[in-house]
Amino acid sequence: MVERRDPLLIVDGLNVTFDTPHGAVAAVRDVSFTLGREKLGIVGESGSGKSQTGRALLGLLARNGRMSARQLSFDDVDLLRAGEAERHALRGRRISMILQDPKFSLNPVMTVGEQIVEAFRVHAGVSRREARDRALAMLEAVRIREPRYVFDAWPHEISGGMGQRVMIAMMMVPEPDLIIADEPTSALDVTVQLQVLALLDDMLARRGAALIFISHDLNLVASFCDRVLVMYAGRVVETLGAAELHGARHPYTRGLLACQPRVDGDGADLPTLHRDPAWAR
Amino acid sequence: MNPAVSVEVTGLQVAFGRGRRAFRAVRNAGFSVEAGGSFGLVGESGSGKTTVLRALAGVLPPTAQVRGRMRMHGESLGAIRPRALRRRMQMVFQDPYGSLHPRHTVDRILGEPARVHGLDSIDSRIDEALAGVGLDASFRFRYPHQLSGGQRQRVAIARALIIEPDVVLLDEPTSALDVSVQAEILNLLQRLRRERTLTFVLVSHDLAVVSHMAEALVVMRAGEIVETLDVAALRTAAPQHPYSRHLLRASRGYDRAAASEF
Repeated sequence: MVERRDPLLIVDGLNVTFDTPHGAVAAVRDVSFTLGREKLGIVGESGSGKSQTGRALLGLLARNGRMSARQLSFDDVDLLRAGEAERHALRGRRISMILQDPKFSLNPVMTVGEQIVEAFRVHAGVSRREARDRALAMLEAVRIREPRYVFDAWPHEISGGMGQRVMIAMMMVPEPDLIIADEPTSALDVTVQLQVLALLDDMLARRGAALIFISHDLNLVASFCDRVLVMYAGRVVETLGAAELHGARHPYTRGLLACQPRVDGDGADLPTLHRDPAWAR
Repeated sequence: MNPAVSVEVTGLQVAFGRGRRAFRAVRNAGFSVEAGGSFGLVGESGSGKTTVLRALAGVLPPTAQVRGRMRMHGESLGAIRPRALRRRMQMVFQDPYGSLHPRHTVDRILGEPARVHGLDSIDSRIDEALAGVGLDASFRFRYPHQLSGGQRQRVAIARALIIEPDVVLLDEPTSALDVSVQAEILNLLQRLRRERTLTFVLVSHDLAVVSHMAEALVVMRAGEIVETLDVAALRTAAPQHPYSRHLLRASRGYDRAAASEF
């Protein structure tokens, strides 16, 4: 449920700039939002700044990136003033990130089970035996049918859907208050996507955690989240309750919705998006 | 042979490897596509949809064992195909970043197939091919890295069409693109099909794209066709097979209740 009086995360006037050989490029411009214990979607096309917004919250920008904000706070921590040690303590423990492709997020030279055991030992400080028991229980919780088999498997031996379930299991180990998921299901088949999202949904509800769901897929995000921020050229152009998606006002949001083919469409030419330079100003 | 039939596949089987460990990627697939029609192959990873398309294109690895019959306008599509036959069928790939040679200019990318097939007046063909996909002549001497994803896919389409094929095989042609760019490319493909009476065979995991582009489709799972249906049945949500219904429901977005049923 949304606790508007006591937000978990406050982002006010976030800017992210990258220094390139062609000069400075503004990737995120004056983005502000607050987040309660809710599921917030950030939607946009490539280059809209949605991923860099997510990364900036964790302080994970590329080396040529710079960020600034009027306020950036998580619970009681001022993220702008926090030192590297303090940020490090937050990452993983209280804020977790799930990325698109489990192939690049899992360590390829460690079995799946060892990686979850390590997460328990680091974050929960439990014995090896207990970590193993809890890792197996966690694999069961993300509905992996043969947890023992997957525990001993190497990352290359499991499918994409399985890998993403393992990632979700690992992210849940430290019982974070906030999960930032960047295209967590874009590499998956639609039926698997549905199962993985159901899992994430149940986990969030059980722990009362908040989610920032970054995606290019407006319809998916609207069906999964409580609220949606629509980004264009580094700015938030519109904020919508997920149920009011079809009442969107901004011409960019409306254009995005209109240009998608529909299963029950009539096959006529699709409307195309005419970008107004004023949207980027 | 029915002259209205462009592509006909009967009893197609594709296996990789030999003996007991052979993997049967496609089992007994069959469908036919009318000349000038657009036909969709839908399914999830591992369903065999792309393998069917690659078998049609004749670009399976040599270790693949192909059985069954594939015909285009009555001519058999076997392992060895005369150049004149190959010219009549072209393929557009999913990834516009990987399918264009990074160190060739657009001019060379488009000129090469025309030269291979011994066509004349290549210069004007290149200009026409670019204009046909909505790119002006200034694109001719650019490299792929100087183009956006949508522009690259336009170049890939121009490359397929420059030798004037009858049949175009499309493998997830827009799944690497943003939706606003996807709309432009889908519109372009449909216009080209109408203007040039092309026949499309389209592979996609996206039911909405197939519903928009095709008149008929097959739903594949684990190498088998589970259902053949015309697009009207898809649009009115009336597929018969439980797996097709399942796929349709999942493609509508998140639904906690639906997830429990799977």
